[in-house]
Amino acid sequence: MTLSVTLRKRLPPSFQLEVAFEVEAGVTIVFGESGSGKTTLLRCVAGLSEPDAGRIAIGDRVLFDASAGVNLDPPRRRVGFVFQHLALFPHLTAAENIAYGLMQLTPAERRARIGAIAASFHIDHLLERRPGVISGGERQRVGLARSLVTDPEVLLLDEPLSALDHRTQSRIIADLRRWNDARRIPILYVTHSQREVFALGERVLVVEDGRVVADGSPDRVMDFPAHESVARLTGFENLLPASVVSRRTEGGVMVCRLAGTTVDLETPLADVEVGRQLRVAIRAGDILIASEPPRGLSARNVVPGTIASLSREGSVVRAEVSVGMPIDVHITPMAREQLGLQPGSHVWLVVKTHSCRPVSAV
Amino acid sequence: MDWTAIALSLRLAAVVSLVLLVIGVPIAYWLTFSRRRWKFLVESVVALPLVLPPTVLGFYVLVALGSRSPVGRLWTAWTGHGLAFTFEALVVASILYSLPFGVQPIAASFAHIDRTLLEASAMLGAGRFRTFGRIVLPLSLPGVIAGAVLTFAHTLGEFGVVLMVGGNLPGVTRTVSIAIYDDVQSLNLAAAHETALVLLLFSFAALSIVYALMRKPWSVAPLS
Repeated sequence: MTLSVTLRKRLPPSFQLEVAFEVEAGVTIVFGESGSGKTTLLRCVAGLSEPDAGRIAIGDRVLFDASAGVNLDPPRRRVGFVFQHLALFPHLTAAENIAYGLMQLTPAERRARIGAIAASFHIDHLLERRPGVISGGERQRVGLARSLVTDPEVLLLDEPLSALDHRTQSRIIADLRRWNDARRIPILYVTHSQREVFALGERVLVVEDGRVVADGSPDRVMDFPAHESVARLTGFENLLPASVVSRRTEGGVMVCRLAGTTVDLETPLADVEVGRQLRVAIRAGDILIASEPPRGLSARNVVPGTIASLSREGSVVRAEVSVGMPIDVHITPMAREQLGLQPGSHVWLVVKTHSCRPVSAV
Repeated sequence: MDWTAIALSLRLAAVVSLVLLVIGVPIAYWLTFSRRRWKFLVESVVALPLVLPPTVLGFYVLVALGSRSPVGRLWTAWTGHGLAFTFEALVVASILYSLPFGVQPIAASFAHIDRTLLEASAMLGAGRFRTFGRIVLPLSLPGVIAGAVLTFAHTLGEFGVVLMVGGNLPGVTRTVSIAIYDDVQSLNLAAAHETALVLLLFSFAALSIVYALMRKPWSVAPLS
């Protein structure tokens, strides 16, 4: 079954969501900062918000079609929705919450379905309790079970695990994966956590300012970001404005000059012409600091600079090094001590070619 | 003590509370969930009895129910007697007079319900009526009961409207508050004292129930 979504929705005063994509069975992550339009997208698929234009369909079944005047009510969409704050019914027990979507079944069938889903989400022992007296992780499981037990054709999850600790997250993700291996329905999973992207996703759609700016496997999209915005979201601390000065196609590399400096960095080859502007994305942890001019290195980029500031953040020391523009470098407290680094120290930054990712500046 | 008047007042209050429960719940639902622009006009009409002198309200009800009005004529044709100065007229007037007391607590408790609970219900396949019966009503039960109790207490204590619309017919329209007034007028202060005390204690008990209920037994806020 394929979920196909084409929609446009304007939200006053100036935000516009405009997306078009198809997702197959499996977990597709919708990744983006808050305010990027992720939740609005889910609400449109669910039928809780009405798009201004477009078409939403599951296989041949049309849920919404602006030009044909089709707009199915949420109860008739057969779409499961797990809300960010779960929206468990506080006056009903876990079992009654799970039974809520099964009214058309006989009591015996209902009991069987609740028993099965409770077993696979490990909540058998909570069934007679109300949501107010169970833990956050348990509530999350009840929320998932309540949506999944109805056998929806598409499942939408709006940051369902963001409030939980990592251990609980991992366990619930494992249960959700196992459930979906058996059912294989399209699942749209909204998150802003990179961890969840890698743990769950077979595919990730990156949403920025109401548009899909990247689409592909998590490894591809997150490690080789095509856009500055994706690089920022995926934790590249340095996004250095630069322009291409030369390309060496046979070597698979190109040289970029940092804007307003004479610093040249060698990066992997990208589809950018000489003279064009781009950003060079570098993770702060991928940069080495040397207190003397290093020699005999395989790394192609060695850049002299001056330490502007040093600050301790947890177990890392964040050094801001000026090379004509500020660059963030993360080192260990031990390294700082050993090298005797102080603000004002002259240092050399060492960066491998493949730690520099050329990304488009838009 | 005037037991006839007390019994009449209790009967009137019970009927009015029941009727207001039946019509107050849909009105409150509409006031809470409608997105009409002119909703504020209906809100104003519902709240009008809070500020209007009972005599004004009573006067208009009298005119509307009088033998020359369409309603009055219809009633006479149906029942064979006039509507003014009857128990039925008191019921109609009291319903209007107690409208805000019946509707507002219910509307307030509807408005307190987290809207995502209603969306969750819809996503689980429930239509509006099922969502109302399984989610909205159970979660706002304290407000509904409060509305009924307030209506009961308010109707029990009304005076001006009853005097305008019902007059003072023992066993038919002579309610507790009018009995007290009569007792005072005829300097029968001991009787007035007794009846007034009963009314005072009852009102206190009713309000205690309302305020106790408004401390909700479970939270209707989202659980995160």
